Amino acid sequence: MIWLPILAGVLILAGPGERLPAWSRRIALLSSLVTLGLAVALIPAFRTDTHLLQLVERYNWVEQVNIQYFLGIDGISLPLILLTSLILPLVVIASWRSVSDRQAKYLATFAIMTGLMNGVFAAQDAILFYVFWEAMLIPMFLIIGIWGGPNRIYATLKFFLFTFFGSVFMLVALIYLGVQAQSFGIPAIQDLPLSMAAQKWIFVAFLLAFAVKIPMWPVHTWLPDAHVEAPTAGSVVLAALMLKMGGYGFLRFSLPITPDAANELTGLMIALSLIAIVYIGFVALAQQDMKKLIAYSSIAHMGFVTLGIFVVYQLATGQGDSALLGMQGAMVQMISHGLISAAMFLCVGVLYDRMHSRQIADYGGVVNSMPKFATLMMLFVMANAGLPGTSGFIGEFFVILSSFQASFWYALAAGMTLVLGAGYSLWLYKRVIFGPIANDRVAKLSDVNNLEMLVLGLLAIGVLGLGLYPQPLLNIMEPTLQHLIECGIQSKLDGGSLCQ
Amino acid sequence: MIGGFLGPLAAEIFLLVAICVILIQDAFSYDQEREWTYRLSQLALLISGILVATGMPANDQVLYGGHYRVDTLALLLKLGIIVVSMLALTFARPYILTRRILRGEYFLLVLFAVLGAMVMVAGNSLLTLYLGLELMSLSLYALVAMQRGNRQSAEAAVKYFVMGALASGFLLYGMSILYGVTGSLIIQQVAQIGLASEQQLLFQLGLVFLVSGLAFKVGAVPFQMWLPDVYQGAPSGVTAFISSAPKIAAYGLIIRLLSDALQPFAADWQQLLSLLAVLSIAVGNVVAIAQTSLKRMLAYSAIAHVGYFLLGIIAGDSQGFAASMFYILVYAFMSVGAFGAVIYLSFEGEEREQIEDFRGLASRNLWQATLIAFLMLSLAGLPPFAGFWAKFEVIRAVALADQIWLAIVAVIFSIVGLFYYLRLIKVMFFDEPEQAATVKAPRGLRFALGACGLGVFFLGIFPGMLLEYCLQAFNG
Repeated sequence: MIWLPILAGVLILAGPGERLPAWSRRIALLSSLVTLGLAVALIPAFRTDTHLLQLVERYNWVEQVNIQYFLGIDGISLPLILLTSLILPLVVIASWRSVSDRQAKYLATFAIMTGLMNGVFAAQDAILFYVFWEAMLIPMFLIIGIWGGPNRIYATLKFFLFTFFGSVFMLVALIYLGVQAQSFGIPAIQDLPLSMAAQKWIFVAFLLAFAVKIPMWPVHTWLPDAHVEAPTAGSVVLAALMLKMGGYGFLRFSLPITPDAANELTGLMIALSLIAIVYIGFVALAQQDMKKLIAYSSIAHMGFVTLGIFVVYQLATGQGDSALLGMQGAMVQMISHGLISAAMFLCVGVLYDRMHSRQIADYGGVVNSMPKFATLMMLFVMANAGLPGTSGFIGEFFVILSSFQASFWYALAAGMTLVLGAGYSLWLYKRVIFGPIANDRVAKLSDVNNLEMLVLGLLAIGVLGLGLYPQPLLNIMEPTLQHLIECGIQSKLDGGSLCQ
Repeated sequence: MIGGFLGPLAAEIFLLVAICVILIQDAFSYDQEREWTYRLSQLALLISGILVATGMPANDQVLYGGHYRVDTLALLLKLGIIVVSMLALTFARPYILTRRILRGEYFLLVLFAVLGAMVMVAGNSLLTLYLGLELMSLSLYALVAMQRGNRQSAEAAVKYFVMGALASGFLLYGMSILYGVTGSLIIQQVAQIGLASEQQLLFQLGLVFLVSGLAFKVGAVPFQMWLPDVYQGAPSGVTAFISSAPKIAAYGLIIRLLSDALQPFAADWQQLLSLLAVLSIAVGNVVAIAQTSLKRMLAYSAIAHVGYFLLGIIAGDSQGFAASMFYILVYAFMSVGAFGAVIYLSFEGEEREQIEDFRGLASRNLWQATLIAFLMLSLAGLPPFAGFWAKFEVIRAVALADQIWLAIVAVIFSIVGLFYYLRLIKVMFFDEPEQAATVKAPRGLRFALGACGLGVFFLGIFPGMLLEYCLQAFNG
């Protein structure tokens, strides 16, 4: 699943390339569907009664320094791998006709990037993880820089430098841990006893990496730029997948490796999350550009993820259920935001392909010319606002419920977002879709074609399915998260082996 | 393979004989037959490389009255020197052909420099080390001045010569102090006597001179002033050579002098080197941002890279030395490739070495642009390229030595470094080209560029083998 898309990407570049775009598209689609098939095939093979790593692959890679090619999945990785593998075919289909400039290279770059992301989520060796994590920046850098909008170069350099800035500190932390633990395997690192001072430094290093990626206020500024300049599919991948890497990092590294530092700094983390939720929510209200609005709403939604993760520490022991609820909320929020934001950006892409404008003011009354599109977008906007019955509701509700147990005020502040989210989402919808027809070009818009219908329809099914019946997803995650909470709360300071 | 008294020297002797033969051959050639000088030089390098690789004795040997040494370290460094020199020659041939400086001296001087470098990494006494160093340096001074008509080139040569002579003077003075105190030239004896000697202060004085001299030679801050001018002024083909093979030789010199001869004073030179390393990393990376000429940018990046590779030596154990060695080998390889890229673009007719000249290369020659991007990303230390492992190894070495702050300095400035490497990629991939015609470069050059680009990628995915050899060199 990692190598298949990468190989397909190389094959496209080496083989048909630009001369035979049709073949390039077919290879890309076929490989992405096979990848998705393989990912789905993981589900029956996955046992939901254990938190241990499953389907492990382990070979020596750089023996001299104990780095292994070590892959494995657990309840946190699997949903994200599924999400990644689902987004690739959608991106390929969405780019089928809308990209004409160097399409083969475009698809190849996406295929390679998706493979690398699957690698990020499956890697169980810290250095392998880091290699995938960084290598993935290169294709994204090219996608924004080559196929992006007018200000693309500024955006893509900012994106690359911000994320690289965060991750090099993570590299130092990982090397330090690896040296201490004599192994770079993540399980070995998780078992390493650490002093409070060391934990704090490591936590901060991780925080820099993951906070930039997820992104948290105040290091979020690269995201709106990158989103606005990226091509549609680039935005989709950025929002749906790349942001999730940050959340995944917190769950995989920060909590189990530095539980005491996380405990100590939880107030800071919750404050940052709430700022993201409330302040960024207001910022989103003020946006004139559709993509920017969705980008800011992504940041606010990611605030929920970090809130759900770190509120665990504010819950007294014995409230394990609420803690689990918070974590589950965070995970569901990640998956659901992956689907919803992908859909929202695709919607904007559909409009942009026809009108070549993202300014809200240029639209109005789209419902008259594009009824099918209006219906679909309605669903996604509602999901973005967290309407019950959609997947957006589940995650946010879980997180709010769990933070209620910690403090009334957290829940109140977080709850504000439902109001704000409804505010900016519905207002966006109203201004774009309803109202009198803004100009002649809107009147001439053609409705979604079959390909667009297919992509958006699939996402709609996902959003609704997850919203109405999230149980399978929760089952997959539960043992891992339960275990994570146990060892996340347990102090490492009194020594002893912890998270076995 | 070849036994007897002179057996271990087979490669060096062969090279010397070959140089003499080529010298005579060249003297009787017309300009259009100079092609043969090139071919013979490559062949000579190839054969001496094979001799080095097959002539490896079973265990380390100190020969010829203790002045010469044959061990894994020397073997590996010699091989590295030969490989990058062959690449540099491949890059240089078409370049000097079009610049009308295709003269036999060019190849002969390169071969002499290689011979000097090989002696240098195998030297086991202060005298041999110095002889090797001078043979190499003098050839390099002359090489820089090859383009006689060019003022920049002449200025660079004079600067290089004056600075280099000063540095040699420093080194020689430091060596003479060591000799004066210990009464011996042999490295191991110097170390032994140094351990017991009561003349600590004199040793330290000698040490300061040695370190300054070495810092001059490798171009570490604050002894870096000559380096950007020389790199920029020298013909690109020469720059490709002086930025790679002599660096490997200098590494050998540093190991022999500091870690072997002055082991008892490790704490002292570690302090000095820490300062040099941090300053080099900081100044090199920051100043490189402001450059508009690619050659000059690469020169400042070379200063920064010197800082990184010193980190491993600061760590001061076999892990650190091995990490450093890995770094310098990988760096030499990348550096040849990067200057190869400059040469590649010079086939547009005139000298094209501004970063802006690379504008839109990707839409003209996608494959070459990709290779150059590989090299840049590798220099920046991004996975999955070889440069990542080099940085990873030295950072790991300083982390092992409990010097986390050095690691943090190193990574902070690698962010700065990333910026200017990315700028070249940006120019190549995102900007519009000025003209649509593809760059027509000769086959040999494209081949060498491909070897470098794919080499860093391959080494990035399978770094284990080279790393294993580097570790072996220090674990016996």
